[in-house]
Amino acid sequence: MTNSNLYGAVGSFEDGPELVEAARAVRELGYTKLDAFTPFPVHGIDEAMGIPRSKLGWIVLCAGFLGAASALSLIWWTGTVSYPLVIGGKPLFALEFSIPVTFELTVLFSAFAAVFGMFALNGLPRLYHPVFNYTKFAGATDDKFLLAIEATDPKFDAEQSARLLATLGAHSVQLVEA
Amino acid sequence: MADLAISPQEMQEVRPNLVQGNPSYHDLTEEISSITENLKATPMRWYVTTSITGAITGMLGLMLAWLVYNGIGVWGNNSPVFWAWDITNFVFWIGIGHAGTLISAILFLLRQKWRTSINRSAEAMTLFAVMCAGIFPLFHTGRPWRAYWLFPIPNTDLSLWQNFRSPLIWDVFAVSTYFTVSLLFWFVGLVPDLATLRDRAVDKVRQYVFGILALGWRGSVRHWRHYELAYLILAGLSTPLVLSVHTIVSFDFATSVMPGWHTTIFPPYFVAGAIFSGFAMVMTLLLIARWTLHLENLITIKHLENMNKIILATGSIVGYAYCTEFFIAWYSGNMYEKFAFMNRAFGPYSWAYWTMFTCNVFIPQIYWSKWARRNLIVMFIISITTNIGMWFERFVIIVTSLHRDYLPSSWGYFHPTYVDMCTLAGTFGLFLTAFLLFARFLPMIALSEVKGVLADQKHRAHAVAEVAGD
Repeated sequence: MTNSNLYGAVGSFEDGPELVEAARAVRELGYTKLDAFTPFPVHGIDEAMGIPRSKLGWIVLCAGFLGAASALSLIWWTGTVSYPLVIGGKPLFALEFSIPVTFELTVLFSAFAAVFGMFALNGLPRLYHPVFNYTKFAGATDDKFLLAIEATDPKFDAEQSARLLATLGAHSVQLVEA
Repeated sequence: MADLAISPQEMQEVRPNLVQGNPSYHDLTEEISSITENLKATPMRWYVTTSITGAITGMLGLMLAWLVYNGIGVWGNNSPVFWAWDITNFVFWIGIGHAGTLISAILFLLRQKWRTSINRSAEAMTLFAVMCAGIFPLFHTGRPWRAYWLFPIPNTDLSLWQNFRSPLIWDVFAVSTYFTVSLLFWFVGLVPDLATLRDRAVDKVRQYVFGILALGWRGSVRHWRHYELAYLILAGLSTPLVLSVHTIVSFDFATSVMPGWHTTIFPPYFVAGAIFSGFAMVMTLLLIARWTLHLENLITIKHLENMNKIILATGSIVGYAYCTEFFIAWYSGNMYEKFAFMNRAFGPYSWAYWTMFTCNVFIPQIYWSKWARRNLIVMFIISITTNIGMWFERFVIIVTSLHRDYLPSSWGYFHPTYVDMCTLAGTFGLFLTAFLLFARFLPMIALSEVKGVLADQKHRAHAVAEVAGD
């Protein structure tokens, strides 16, 4: 089996803290292309694997401004340009009566950005992924904590990397096909 | 250091575990997923209840069809009470929804871990309640097939635009945004649990359905970091959103010049009332679910007691608002305001007013007693009386102000018709049917979140044991 048709070596751990320890040890040995699969967010793993903070906040901030701008321009354009109509002697456009709709659209746009931005950053929906070939993958959404060393890692060596996971205490270590 | 150490038993007394019975992660997966998986194990009473509520939902369909066929005249609203039963129901159902968002968003921001066992079902309840709420104003328009006129969509049959000075259009934006954001929040929370169901599925249909719904979620650490931030942002957005929704609903009244409506106390008073009634509804549903599906280890007395404390607090705020309204009516020196309030308490609708006052203000005071807060029968009864009281609150506000307006020649008394009553009953049927289907087919408890709480609990017990061992 050559590296080119491998996804990587995958092993499973019993609890979060063990996974964090193992991930830290693997990284200290110079591996860079790691991934972990857990049934719930495990705290401390990002730092152990050297994953930077999410940029999602910036996307949401931009969407929020866009939402506010859309609402204000909608109210201003429909009320003063497209069809000016005086109702109750009130001005055609004013910030005061625009606030509620502006607020709602700001929230709506931001929420869409938070959800769809999150899925886009994660590359989802993607119904197939090589790690699903790991025969014990179902554990990752139940009670197992998987650690993967990917084959694209420059230090990756099928036999050695698999043995490394086993020595760190991983169960069911497998070389998973891409 | 020995004198500072506390034993695990003492720790349990100060801060009881939120997950009882010490299950493993796998036990939790098994307990929650199996409810949705094993068709044969579904209790007979689920089928019986769902058929009954389904039939009531059918009645709702008939009533709405009858209304569309005949026109709005089949309802009892008539001069001077043009906003009667249906707007009462609209405000009532929207208010019910608010507890779901409060539990999922505000308690999340306040790091209240006890929310994790109840947030999923509370969020589902929000969605179903907002659906029920939407039916009333939609059909009150008389021509629901023209509902797109409410939105700023360029069209040729209506060359006008919406009047953005009107609180009614604000309401359209508030309620539709609220529904959309609640749906997104609920779905994002569901995705990891849908992946669990996908990976457990044995038959092809479930594999395909959950395979697609889970969007290929694989629980990667890189995904969780975006996911957790998205969840936090949604909670941060939903918090002001939920407060804005009932605030804007109250503007429908407060910006008018009707005595009894034209008051600045309405926004906070409406929001507190919404949370009050919503928590009561969550309580009713959870007590039934806990009993029928045996979820005692996950929905503990501690969870229920915390909710009862919120019911007590919000009930008291509502009571305070009732008194403030009276005081302001007197203090304003405005004869119309004074009349409106005296008429509420002692006029033809005094029976409704005192039903409201008793259910909302007097009865929940029993929750000052710890025994009552932890007694299942007491809390079940109060959860129902609270919602009766809160329905009457909206009825009192709407009907008593309208039936005695400025022109005594048009004074009247509102009589609901059988269509009014059957439509309200029908929305309860829809709400319960949707909830029963949800409880049967989707994980009712947020698995990935409860596992996170369990992990904290395990590591905390570990730490306590280490300190005690020193």
